[in-house]
Amino acid sequence: MSSEKLNMLEAINLALHDAMEADPKVLLLGEDVADEEGGGVIGVTKGLANKFGAQRVRSTPIAEQAIMGAAIGASMVGYKPVPEIMLMNFTTVAMDMIVNHAAKLRFMSGGQTNVPITIRTMTGAGMGNGGQHSDFLEAWFAHTAGLKVVIPSTPADAYGLLLSCIEDPDPCIFVETLPMYWTKGDAPERGRRIPLGQANVVRAGKDVTVITYGRQVHDAMAVARKLESEGVSVEVLDLRTVAPLDTAAILRSVSKTRSAIVLHEATKKFGPGAEISSIIHEALFSELKAPVKRIGSKFSPVPFSKHLEEAFLPGKAELEAAIRELASK
Amino acid sequence: MAEKRDLIEMFRKMALLKMNDEKLRSTIKSGRLSMPYYSSRGQEVIPAAVSVCLRKEDYICTIYRGIHDSLAKGAPLKQVWAELAGRIDGTCKGKGGPMHITHPASGVMITTGIVGSTMPIANGLAWASQLSGDGRVTIAYFGDGASNIGAFHEALNLASLWKLPVVFVCSNNGYAEHTKYSSGTAIDRISKRAESYSMPGVTVDGNDPLLMHAAAREAIERAREGGGPTLIEAITFRFYGHVFGDDDSYMSPGERAAHMEKDPYPIYRNWLLANNHATENELAAIETGIAAELEEALQFALASPYPDAAEIYRDVFQHEVEAA
Ligand SMILES: Cc1ncc(C[n+]2csc(CCOP(=O)(O)OP(=O)(O)O)c2C)c(N)n1
Repeated sequence: MSSEKLNMLEAINLALHDAMEADPKVLLLGEDVADEEGGGVIGVTKGLANKFGAQRVRSTPIAEQAIMGAAIGASMVGYKPVPEIMLMNFTTVAMDMIVNHAAKLRFMSGGQTNVPITIRTMTGAGMGNGGQHSDFLEAWFAHTAGLKVVIPSTPADAYGLLLSCIEDPDPCIFVETLPMYWTKGDAPERGRRIPLGQANVVRAGKDVTVITYGRQVHDAMAVARKLESEGVSVEVLDLRTVAPLDTAAILRSVSKTRSAIVLHEATKKFGPGAEISSIIHEALFSELKAPVKRIGSKFSPVPFSKHLEEAFLPGKAELEAAIRELASK
Repeated sequence: MAEKRDLIEMFRKMALLKMNDEKLRSTIKSGRLSMPYYSSRGQEVIPAAVSVCLRKEDYICTIYRGIHDSLAKGAPLKQVWAELAGRIDGTCKGKGGPMHITHPASGVMITTGIVGSTMPIANGLAWASQLSGDGRVTIAYFGDGASNIGAFHEALNLASLWKLPVVFVCSNNGYAEHTKYSSGTAIDRISKRAESYSMPGVTVDGNDPLLMHAAAREAIERAREGGGPTLIEAITFRFYGHVFGDDDSYMSPGERAAHMEKDPYPIYRNWLLANNHATENELAAIETGIAAELEEALQFALASPYPDAAEIYRDVFQHEVEAA
């Protein structure tokens, strides 16, 4: 690995580039994705249309159902489209295509057809975008059999996971955290895939496990570092994919620490934390020092006003208090 | 006009679709099979005419009321019946059922139960053909009610912009579930909507095999030659209500009977005889052959085993990930 640093935006662009170069069947489509329209609103797909041609990188009308339908149809006969839905909230407009069609065509056809698409989308609070542009909706998709849900936490992971999604024979939803696009990290090793469904122990510890993904991995790491000096040893598990869920890694870690916190940006109520917490209780109830804690965003639409938006998100203080409480058991 | 070969092939397909419907309804009535069934009796001309203009490798996307579309395209009768029966030898191992028949080997790429969803996916298949230059055409079948859904409008716009080799075939049978056409659609002709998307749009008598054939052939040829999409509105009527067992209280009195008197099947049959395109013996032989095939399909379906419970976790993903 080189010592070069890349931000998330560059890493994702690089993954798309490398996937397109390796396989002529990889196609990009979405609103404004071609270079003529600027290479994406944030510039994630910049340069790709110029390099791979307007046939393979197609800007579309504002028509999420049409985008998703075109991706699904082409994928059923050998292409590997990567449709971009500008923001995760707009997946709602294409929900029929995603949930009723992409997720189910393999099953309903008895395995005769499959939908190897990668839906790229972005979201995240903290940018003042308010209620309709910032939601984490991964629980909806993870709840649907037939979809894979990927939420990377670093540029190198984003690169390796996106390559795996594009090569995967089934539909994946790849969620990019908007406020993280410009955060630098280690450059990925070119061509290195990260398998879907495998969590990453980003920090080993003995006392409490924090199970998280995406941006909250960094919050968990910051809190873990702070508490280390006080003698509290925190293990941080980055799930990388919400579906498939790496149940084995979760149970392995919690069997060791005997206490766990699930942390995510999605609202806590009915969120992924509920499922993960339940899995832990079902398997390890008698070994746990205390019930699993869940930390998520408040059960509210994402507010606009800065201080409300901050209060909405799960904070480091909340996590720190929860870890202290569990560590004291 | 259609060549003689097409005239007879259209008849053969119409006979298959009509007799298949009759066989299915009697089988359901007798209690031997049970399923949600959306009869397309009365609408046979449309897929029969479209299909004779298609090649084997062309694609179709159809809807819950689409068994006639699939059979006309060439989906194998025995496996289709086994699928309707929920058996392992079905096209989809019994996991799709009547509303989700798929059979890519005959070009039946998807049957969907979601109103209006064939058009966006048909675009994708057509896009793939455009990219690979394989010369295939894709048909999106749907009903008149479906033309009021957003997906229809999104899909027509995209197909026209991208000049996709796709033909949108609307079977306008006058009703969307129980809602009369005029109570749900704010324009007198669905084909007029084509103009908004800069594509040719035609309304055709979908019960007239010759007119339907001409409209389908023109649209399919245009698509195949790179001329882009067409919207065909085929006027027809469904004889047996929205779903098996529905009464016709939502129709005006005598409406259904009046349409059944104009059943396109005997009309076309008589026309073929009167114009010396076929003899009674030839047509009767086609019908007898189909009757035997249908009985064979029913027996095949009933004899096939049900899928075992492990199928629940199979085909969710290519690789099983979690059997939770
Ligand atoms: C999105 C969606 N909304 C509602 C339904 C319920 N539904 C099933 S068929 C139907 C009527 C559709 O009418 P039309 O498109 O004219 O087709 P037809 O059944 O007449 O062939 C409705 C409302 C559905 N399946 N999908």
